[in-house]
Amino acid sequence: MSDNTANIAAPATPGAVSRALSRIAAMVLRHVYLMRTSWPRIFELMYWPTIQMILWGFITRFLLTNSSYIAQAAGLLISAVLLWDVLFRGQLGFSLSFLEEVWSRNLGNLSVSPLRPSEFLLSLMAMSLLRTLIGVLPAAGLAIVFYKANLFDLGLPLIGFFAILLIFGWAIGMMVCALILRVGQGAESVAWLAIFLIAPVSAIYYPVSVLPEWLQIVAWTLPSAPVFEGMRAILIDGTIRFDLLAHGFGLVLVYLAIGAGLFLYAFHVARRRGLLLQVGE
Amino acid sequence: MSNSVVEVSHLAKSFNGVPAVQDASFSVAHGETVALLGANGAGKTTTISMLLGLVLPSAGHIRILGHDMVRHRYRVLHRINFSSPYVDLPRRLTVEQNLLFFGRLYGVGAPRARLAELAHDLDLKDLLKKPGGQLSAGQKTRVSLAKALINKPELLLLDEPTASLDPDTADWMRGYLKAYRARSGCAILLASHNMAEVERLADQVLMMRQGRIVDRGAPSELIERYDRNNMEEVFLDIARGAERPRGPVPEAQSLREVAAR
Repeated sequence: MSDNTANIAAPATPGAVSRALSRIAAMVLRHVYLMRTSWPRIFELMYWPTIQMILWGFITRFLLTNSSYIAQAAGLLISAVLLWDVLFRGQLGFSLSFLEEVWSRNLGNLSVSPLRPSEFLLSLMAMSLLRTLIGVLPAAGLAIVFYKANLFDLGLPLIGFFAILLIFGWAIGMMVCALILRVGQGAESVAWLAIFLIAPVSAIYYPVSVLPEWLQIVAWTLPSAPVFEGMRAILIDGTIRFDLLAHGFGLVLVYLAIGAGLFLYAFHVARRRGLLLQVGE
Repeated sequence: MSNSVVEVSHLAKSFNGVPAVQDASFSVAHGETVALLGANGAGKTTTISMLLGLVLPSAGHIRILGHDMVRHRYRVLHRINFSSPYVDLPRRLTVEQNLLFFGRLYGVGAPRARLAELAHDLDLKDLLKKPGGQLSAGQKTRVSLAKALINKPELLLLDEPTASLDPDTADWMRGYLKAYRARSGCAILLASHNMAEVERLADQVLMMRQGRIVDRGAPSELIERYDRNNMEEVFLDIARGAERPRGPVPEAQSLREVAAR
């Protein structure tokens, strides 16, 4: 009898779900190891949200005395910039975690391991959440200290806003990763650029009504615009717009399904064409 | 019940209409080492990639440990593993972190205990705290092999296992693989250009040319059949297009059974 019969590969916990969770946890651990070995990576995660927040804090101070719109709610711009960073960091955290595998030519190892593509996606989402929290939470804390602008004043709807923006970031990240799987590492710059394409129509710092009429239609097809409109409704009017939350959630689920579909299709095509070993070369 | 770990029948793969593998049929039994031999572009890596599920076949069937690899690969992947010089381990992670990560990914019950075993067997103790990117080629190969053995695979797929290694390290690697197979009973399928390696390790050799298996047999049988002194000369004959000396290409009986299913 061979020692293989001991079957040490049997999962430590019974059941398919716990085996899947164990593989996802392994992937998260791999990225945590990576972050622990490189403090500049953690610093970079916190650096940009903090700088952005400081910059917009000073702009807000100036506009408070020069703009009746901003004077209505002091935390308007800072809350906007912090929520925008949730979307930006969410997308970047997803895409960069994927790109780490491409850069280290590890996709081949992952693709022949028991890790399923859906579990790979879930692990990237978990890493994105972790990276976003590392980036945004210190900036949100500093905003309270420096400017007395408290993002958490948005109350419970903040959880909804955070979830919609984070999931939208994942959806865009999946589309970016699908593109990288399809055309190779040359498309990695899209990971940095993609999110800025939607920034002007997300109505981050101004209402959707400022946009030309045809762009307003585009804005309302994005889950980000209802979030920022909802944020302004709370900070300016003191009302919670559940219709905007529902609008955002409905749309983001559609985007998530499209993103996951594109990623899984690109993965399938990469297998058919034998690209999984070549991505990253 | 079949004794085969791998059963491949009429496997084919084309890329943009250009055939990379054509009508390949073979099997690998428990405890057997089979070598895929051929010049660059003969179809070895594509064949191994299809077995792993990295590349989808255009036609044919692959069964590993009794499971259809195209439809049910996730029932098998935790029982097999592979190593290739063309796939890296994360370079910023230490050797220990890499092996723990892959141990958890493969569902190894006690990954630290397995890591300690492998570190002892493969002489990795001094390397455990080193980042993967700081290892020499020989050290990387040992670590890559440790990753491939982390789950005690029943089937080990090796793509050019001693490529870019110095003769001493390559010799050590071959010795280790031979001893490991004897100890564990795992099946090994390897692709190689190195004839000394094939003569030393392989029970069976599949000679590939232009995507087809053009001959097969034990190294000693092939040397005798081609009336040559060693596998290197046999390889040159086949790579340069020599006709097979006599008789049809033999097929394993189990393959006929597979094809008939």
